[in-house]
Parts: sequence; C-alpha cells; structure tokens
Amino acid sequence: MRALVAMSGGVDSSVAAALLAHEGHDVVGVTLKLWQGPNGEAPTAGCCTVSDAEDARRVAAKLGIPYYVLDYTDDFSHGVVDRFLADYVSGRTPNPCIECNRTVKFDRLVDQMQDFECDVLVTGHYARTELRDGRWRLLRGVDRDKDQSYVLSMLTQSQLEKVRFPVGGIDKAETRRIAAEFGLRTAFKSDSQDICFVGSGDYREFIRSQAPEVEQPGPIVDERGEIVGRHRGIVDVTIGQRRGLNVAIGEPRYVTDIVPASNTVVIGRRHELARSEVSMRDLTTVSGVPLPGRIMAQYRAHGEAVPATLTAGESPHVRFDHPQFAIAPGQTIAFYDGDEVLGGAIID
Amino acid sequence: MLYLDHAATTPMRPQVWDAMQPFASERFGNSSGSHEVSRRAKNALEDARERAAAVLGCRPTEIVFTGGGTESDNLAVKGAALADGGRGGVVVGATEHEAVLEAAGFLERFDGAVQTVDVETHGLVEPARVGRLVDEATAVVSVMTVNNETGAVQDITGIVEAVKRANPGAAVHTDAIQAFVGRRIDVEALGVDLLSLTGHKFGGPKGVGLLYVREGRNLEPLLHGGGQELGRRSGTHDVMGVAGLVEAMELADDDRTRFCADVEAERNAFEKAVSPIADRTIPEEHASVQHCHIRVPGIRNETLLVRLDRRGLAVSAASACQSGANTVSHVLTAMGMAPDQARECLRISFGWTTRPGDGAQAAKILLDAVAGLR
Repeated sequence: MRALVAMSGGVDSSVAAALLAHEGHDVVGVTLKLWQGPNGEAPTAGCCTVSDAEDARRVAAKLGIPYYVLDYTDDFSHGVVDRFLADYVSGRTPNPCIECNRTVKFDRLVDQMQDFECDVLVTGHYARTELRDGRWRLLRGVDRDKDQSYVLSMLTQSQLEKVRFPVGGIDKAETRRIAAEFGLRTAFKSDSQDICFVGSGDYREFIRSQAPEVEQPGPIVDERGEIVGRHRGIVDVTIGQRRGLNVAIGEPRYVTDIVPASNTVVIGRRHELARSEVSMRDLTTVSGVPLPGRIMAQYRAHGEAVPATLTAGESPHVRFDHPQFAIAPGQTIAFYDGDEVLGGAIID
Repeated sequence: MLYLDHAATTPMRPQVWDAMQPFASERFGNSSGSHEVSRRAKNALEDARERAAAVLGCRPTEIVFTGGGTESDNLAVKGAALADGGRGGVVVGATEHEAVLEAAGFLERFDGAVQTVDVETHGLVEPARVGRLVDEATAVVSVMTVNNETGAVQDITGIVEAVKRANPGAAVHTDAIQAFVGRRIDVEALGVDLLSLTGHKFGGPKGVGLLYVREGRNLEPLLHGGGQELGRRSGTHDVMGVAGLVEAMELADDDRTRFCADVEAERNAFEKAVSPIADRTIPEEHASVQHCHIRVPGIRNETLLVRLDRRGLAVSAASACQSGANTVSHVLTAMGMAPDQARECLRISFGWTTRPGDGAQAAKILLDAVAGLR
C-alpha cells in the first residue's frame, strides 16, 4: 500500500506517518500550503506556518519518506476563507476547520492522492474507521478528550474507504510517547489552537480587515423589539453571549439572535436561548445506510451528544429530547449511534 | 536517480575538491595578517583573483569575492544605487532573479526609485524599452544574461548600448550565474560594469561567488567591518571557497566546447522524444543550450514532480516559495502566461555530468509519468 500522509507539522500527523512507515508501507508526506497574506507572506501562527512545514519536512526525512509542500492557497481561499467571511457577515457561526476538511483535505486531496499514485490518504485525526458488514464505519477516537469524529462527520462512504486515521486508536499521551521513541522533533510540540489563516489568533480582527461592513454599529433590541442599547458591530457578538453588551436591565440578558439584514442584535432571558428543535441543511450520511429516527446529536466539537429525533426529507430538522442552549446557525451537528458517526448537517 | 536539475546546483568536479582541501588543513591561514601562515593564504587568494580575472578578461582588482550569487546581486544593485552617498534610480527586468528584484524592493521601501522593464512574449528584454526607462537619475540597470528558470538569453550588449546612450554614467549589471557554464564571458565584449557569478552552478562549491566591478565604479558596501576586498566586502576571506570557485571557473572554461555539444545533443534528444506531450516555452534560438523549459498541457507540475521523483528523475518547477510549495512563477507571469499554464511548466537542466543517453532516459520517464494521468 502506498499512503499519502497529510502532515501539518504537528505531533499527531507526524506519528500517523511514523506508524504507517513503521508498518512497512510506502509513505509519502505532504503539507498543504493553505494561506498566504496579501504580499505572499506565510502565516505566523496556526497550523500552516513555514516553521511547521520545516518540522514536517524534518520528520519525513527522519522517517526516510519523500515529502512535498502542495499549494492549496486557491482552493482554501475560495472554499474556506470566502465562506467563513460570508457566514460571519450573514450572522452565522462558521467552523472553517470542518469546511477545510470537507472541501480541501477530503475532497481535493483525495482526488490528487490518486495522481500521486497513492492508495489511501492518512491524517492525524483522532477518529477510527472500521470495515464491518460490508460498510465502513466512522468511529470516535479512543481518546475521548481528543476525539475529532465530529469534524469528520461530513465525510462520505466513498471518502471513508480511502482514508486512514492511525492515531485514532491511541491516546494523546501514547502519541507523544511514540513520537519521542522515533526521535521526532514534534514530540512535545503544543497543539495548534488558532484558526490558521487568522494569524495573530484574533479572528475578529481578521474579519474586520476583510469585511469592514461587520463593524457598523447598530441597535440591540429586546424580545419585544424595543431598542435597549447599541452594539459596535455584529462581528463582536455571538449567540449566547452575556457580557460586554453594555445593556443595563435588571436580570442577565443573552444574545438570542443576530439579524444581519437590519444589523440588529436581539437579546433575551436565558430560557429564550433554549431550543428544542433546529432545522438543518447540507445533510450528509457517512454510515452508508439511511439515518435512523432516533440519534444522539452533538453540535459542538467538544460537546456531549444528546438524545434527539431526526427527521430527514425536504426540510430536515432535529428535535432534542431536552432543550439545548446557545445553538448558533452555521455550526455543524453530528449524529451518533454510540461511538459510530452516522452523518452530519449544518444548523440553519 | 537521474539528476537533471543542474540549473539549481551542480555536483562539484573532483579537481575542484582537490584544489580546496589544502585550505582546510595545512594552508588554514587568515589572509589578513603579517606572518608566514597568513602570507601563504593571502598569496593563494591573490593567485585565485588573477586567475578569475584572466577568465573574465578584466583586472584582478575588479574582482570582489562574495558569499555567493545572492550576495553578488545584492551588492551590485544596492551598492550601485547607494554609491557616493546617493539614492540612485534602479531599473530591473521583470524576469530577474529574486535576489535582484528583492534588492530593488528593499531600495524602494527606503524611497529609492525602482522601475521594472516589461518583457516580450518569450521573456526577452527589448533594449529600446530599457533605454526609455533610463534617465539622469538612474544609477544601475540589472538584466540577467540567461534566465534561471526558462533559459532565455538576453541581448546584454544591446542593453548596454541603450543604457549608455540614455545615461553614460548609469551602471549596467548582469547576473551571469546561469550563463557562465555554457557561454564564454568576457566583460569587455559585453560592456557591463557589474557581473555576478557563483561557483556551484558550474561544478564549484556553494556559498562562494564573485562580483566583477568595473574600475572606477564605486559601490557602497553591504558588509562593514575589517575592510577586506578593498573595502567593498568585509569579512575574513573564504580562501578555500575561493580556490574552489576559481578552479571551477577554469575547468568550465576549458570544458565548454565539449559541454555545449554534449548537453545540446541530450537536450535535443529529450525534446524530440517528449514533443508529443510537451511544448517548448522559449524558441530554441533564444534559449541557452543547457536549459529545457517545457509546458505539459493539462498536467499540474506539482503532480508531475511527485511522479517523476518516484521514478528517479530529479527536475524542477523552478519556482517554490519559502515553505517549498510550487507557486506561480513571476517569470512566467511576466511573460504573459496564465497562472494555470504556468503551473504546467517544468525545467529540465543538463550539466557537466550529463552522459549520452540521459536525455532519452529522462524522456522515457516523463512519458511514463504522464501516461497514467491521461
């Protein structure tokens, strides 16, 4: 088997490559150059800096595998960054990392992998795949704290059969131990937290620079539509936010809605944040079988899955058994049956 | 592994390594000093300088040894622009090496006047176009003799004439780094004031080069310190590197007729065999003999390089960013090529170790690599 390993320069993908190479497979390492500033400068923070590529290159050399940096700046800019900005401007809460998985890593790169004469695409995600009863299952990673199955929920069966997640079966401490054992310089590197294209880590600053319209001050209204204050721009506001609104009303108020068309922020009491039902778009099924009615739904990367009833069809929606708080449009919702991911969608 | 990326760098000739070794052992001296050990190093250095001058047809004092091609280009452009306390204008070709373009960009950031000469379709710099951009304020014009990426050969004597007609005081610099291996360089015949060379493009060591500086031409130094190289480049001399550089210059000079015949035969064999799938980007009459720059329509060079690497053929896409990703080349963009087409270009460059049959072998590998994609 010839495996293409997507190496970010972090410890997880380093170990993914090491494990495959150690098993005797023919391994090729690649780093995707995703983003550059207006003058061609590489990001200085996040997960695709020049020094990350240097780390990945060094790991590949240590493992004795060929290594390349691929230029994905166009795909990333159109498929991820433009969409991220469009979502923000329209008051949604996007997840660019999921979008990057969908449009860049598991779509373009899976295609290109075949041109590189590779059979499988390997990443350092904490998730597992398993071929059982004639279909591929996407399962939660063994390390529940690091589990990344949520961000992979939009994969398809045909993608699943071409991908491998070698670190999904081990925990993070074991990953670091293996990296140290192989003498990889990434063994004790800290995890990247930032959105890679934002650089300094302040995504609001980035949005302001790219889409100045989100900085327009506008009204804050209460549940009856009465103006109770002003905001400095919808970019500063997220659903469920309580602090920093500068609204003086007796009991705590939360942002319950953002209406970009009128540049209005709506606030309300905590119970108004609760939602029993959400509608969805872009419903996908990774399990290869029709989605069941009863599922466990997870709508945050590191949240808990909660029991819910799923209705597919024309206008797909999910009804939670118990009301859920601070769900924002644009977020991904993943459906589980135990450890298995069944599918996913984007909350409307 | 079949190595056809000699425009990136070349293997060192064994005689060069032989010439260098004494300076790593018994002849270790610092060339600036007043004892026997130092004098021996100084003599070796000056001997090398005389030999380099003989190769280029200039005086020994017109040779400044540097730490390689990038430094030579920087010293030429910045040094000439900032000479005599001035802030002279700079004119550069659009397809120059980054060492020249970025040096000009540096000057621009400090309020220097920089103008870029557009190139014609095949990357050729039209002398008249250069002349029109030169005025009284112009301090230096820089156009490379042979383009590192495409192999396009420029009319340097024509450019010198056009520049001197517009402003006799303006210096003309040429980066002859890719040119030297395949063309005799005579600075008088070219008429240039400044000329860059680096050792590793013709069988010499990396990290050592030279800048020819015409007598009477002042340069503001980039490296300040002990005042070596007549104050033009401070720093303890790399006598070992210089010995290797000059040995390689002489060997390349002596071997040039054989070299040109051999690489031309291999390049032609390669081009003929790949002609069904690839197009030349520079017509033969404008290209250097050792470069072969082609476009393989419909196939990204990124993909092709991975497949060629797997099959043991080392070639290049010639344009990579800091992280190592292949990017759309500024050279091809300046030539008017669309980004998608620029991403389909490959550079195959032949060198002194190229053997009969290498061209045919490389073509076979390329055809095989492309076959699975079509």
